[in-house]
Amino acid sequence: MNARQSAIRFLMILSVFQAGPRIVTGDEPGQAAIRRPVVVGTKPFAEGYLLAEIFAQQLEAVGLKVTRKFGLGGTEIIFPALQTGAIDLYPEYTGTGALVILQQPVPRGSAAVFELVSREFATRYGIRWLPPLGFENTYAMAVRTEMAERLGLRTISDFARVSDQMRAGFTADFIGLPDGLPMLRDVYGFRLKEVNPLAPAIKYQALAEKSVDIIDGYSTDGMLSQLPLTVLEDDRGAFPPYDAAALVRGELFQTHPEAIAALTALSGRIDESRMRRWNQRVEVDGVDASIVAAGALRELGLGSATAAGEDGDNTSLPRAGGGLTDYLWRQRTVIGQRMLRHLLLVCMSLTLAVLVAVPVALGLQRAKWAEAVLGATGVLQTIPGIALLAFMLPVLGIGIAPAVVALFLYSLYPVMRNTYTGLREADRLAVEAANALGMTARQTLIHVQLPLAMPIIMAGIRTAAVLNVGTATLAAFIGAGGLGDPIVSGLALGDSRMILSGAIPAAVLAVAVDRLLAWVTRWLTPQALRA
Amino acid sequence: MTTEPAHVIPMLSVRGATKRYGELVAVDGVSLEVGAGECVALVGESGSGKSTLLRMFNRLVECDEGLVQFEGIDVRGIEPVLLRRRIGYVPQNDGLLPHWNVVQNVGLVPWLLGKSDQSELARRALELVGLDWQRFAARWPCQLSGGQRQRVAVARALAANPTVVLLDEPFGALDAITRCELQEMFLQLRQSTNIAALLVTHDLHEAGLLADRIAVMSAGQLEQIAEPKRLLAEPATPYVRELLRRARWSLEGR
Repeated sequence: MNARQSAIRFLMILSVFQAGPRIVTGDEPGQAAIRRPVVVGTKPFAEGYLLAEIFAQQLEAVGLKVTRKFGLGGTEIIFPALQTGAIDLYPEYTGTGALVILQQPVPRGSAAVFELVSREFATRYGIRWLPPLGFENTYAMAVRTEMAERLGLRTISDFARVSDQMRAGFTADFIGLPDGLPMLRDVYGFRLKEVNPLAPAIKYQALAEKSVDIIDGYSTDGMLSQLPLTVLEDDRGAFPPYDAAALVRGELFQTHPEAIAALTALSGRIDESRMRRWNQRVEVDGVDASIVAAGALRELGLGSATAAGEDGDNTSLPRAGGGLTDYLWRQRTVIGQRMLRHLLLVCMSLTLAVLVAVPVALGLQRAKWAEAVLGATGVLQTIPGIALLAFMLPVLGIGIAPAVVALFLYSLYPVMRNTYTGLREADRLAVEAANALGMTARQTLIHVQLPLAMPIIMAGIRTAAVLNVGTATLAAFIGAGGLGDPIVSGLALGDSRMILSGAIPAAVLAVAVDRLLAWVTRWLTPQALRA
Repeated sequence: MTTEPAHVIPMLSVRGATKRYGELVAVDGVSLEVGAGECVALVGESGSGKSTLLRMFNRLVECDEGLVQFEGIDVRGIEPVLLRRRIGYVPQNDGLLPHWNVVQNVGLVPWLLGKSDQSELARRALELVGLDWQRFAARWPCQLSGGQRQRVAVARALAANPTVVLLDEPFGALDAITRCELQEMFLQLRQSTNIAALLVTHDLHEAGLLADRIAVMSAGQLEQIAEPKRLLAEPATPYVRELLRRARWSLEGR
């Protein structure tokens, strides 16, 4: 432990030293006058929010403007966002950097891992790891204490011997990543009776309620000290080190050197017990992450007096009390803004989809390969949202553009399919007669086929619109805002009122959009065909 | 009524028309004329090629061989869209545009021709088929009976005052009483307009009632073309004789 910490301190000094000359060259006169804000991001999980908030407040304390882009979904989204400059920094773990981003085998020991990621990130991506914060958040295999005592389980090896009678509840990441379940199988010889994929937000509950017997926690999870749980010792040292640190764009060293200095002040200051205690405030006590962050900075003797202005007692207050309706009422302005933003995303993507899909469907009327085109459009529907956003990130970055494009792609199929089918199936006898009496193909299309197909075309647009309202919650993963924001944050922080403050307005919006389009359909449908 | 004098140009004429669909010969070297003001009925079983022949005149079907003429002009020299606006057409299932009301449907061809007196033309056409303007002009097709719909379809074919009308089994889908009413309407209409007509029907009785001459088709070929009385008296082929026997029809009283 001592050896590791001194190694980290050494690397920390080294990395600041390396940054030194750049700071000097980057700090040109005039540049300081008009400074863009520093964009702080985080993946959607409680500790991430808390660390990002600590970073943000620490930067604000030295007078920098900060833009928060929290809840950016998954490493596959947030790292490209950092590469493309959509964000400037986010909290990351060295083990994740090596395994998930570099996709390299992880060397033994914290110092070796930090050295690997520092070197490789700098040369490959121009991205820098600031010296670690001082705590590790590795996997914590948690079981119920009652069961551990009954069966005499102390280490992961103990558990492996009885694993064939055990049911596991693991997050999807853990099941898939090489240092997760596959490692437990190879190194410890796990032979589990059942493996259930669980969302992070519910795994502790599932374990406490005996739905599963073992979960993959993180060593700093606040829940670990809250519930009667035992963390099994990694007796073979098989889990890679996950030292938390700020991952920063190299450019920031030149544009905002004081930001680097302010963040480096946090290095080595946060130990595991502190972090677990702060996490517990957020996850268990339900205190707002920004309040906990302010308290944390005060505890470290950092931050600024003006940062939040609340006294120490505030951290023990539960999140503003009252029932769900009170909560929603208090949040009404924010909810209204989010609904508008959500509606904007849906309207833009739907308009684009109609402008593209309807003409394409018209063009396909006589094409032999119509079904192939429609099939290909249908395949777009099967691409998972996060994957689609990840594909587009290098080109479109984060924010509104990729969200609109993703929703546009998801809307194409229902609109195109219904337009195509509607036109083909439009009262064939009427179409034939129109042709036989001397209407041109164009006249037949405009005066006969389109009006007759209108209810079916509009049904496709309605389907796309309602699906879009639901899918647009994805936008939160790439910082495009909308009603997905409180859903993603609420899931990460285990706050059901926050989730509902996004989910309920989204449902209302879906119904409203459907009713509105029903009215538009009626208006566009020829009078004789109205039901 | 006599056959047309040689110097008069027939409204419709076809010489040696043949249409093949792969191996199948749908129309096999048929020649036929329809004179001004004349009504010729094409009679035959399903698949005898009578509808295919009819549709050659407004280029819904293009023949592989032979010559098809409208008012003495090769139809291949006329734009299909323009040709169709000059020839009335009544399909079997009315084919009314369901989202247009009666007057819009009837005024379709005048509208396509850019005529200024569309509603006057529509009103006259509706009178011809015995529908009251006041009562029917604003109705939707779905508010009409089968017979009324078919009357509107006939009115639509006549609205632009064409010299010839093609009718593809126009009354085939109607019940017996309605059919009789429409047949009477058709006879009256021909007296008042002197329009030439080519009528496809599988009903020999209807052909005898409505047509000046009957053309019997079988397997794409023309078996015989003659006035109804002559067809009855002198069937030219065993097929025609068999057709007459089975139809057990009579021209007494006509």
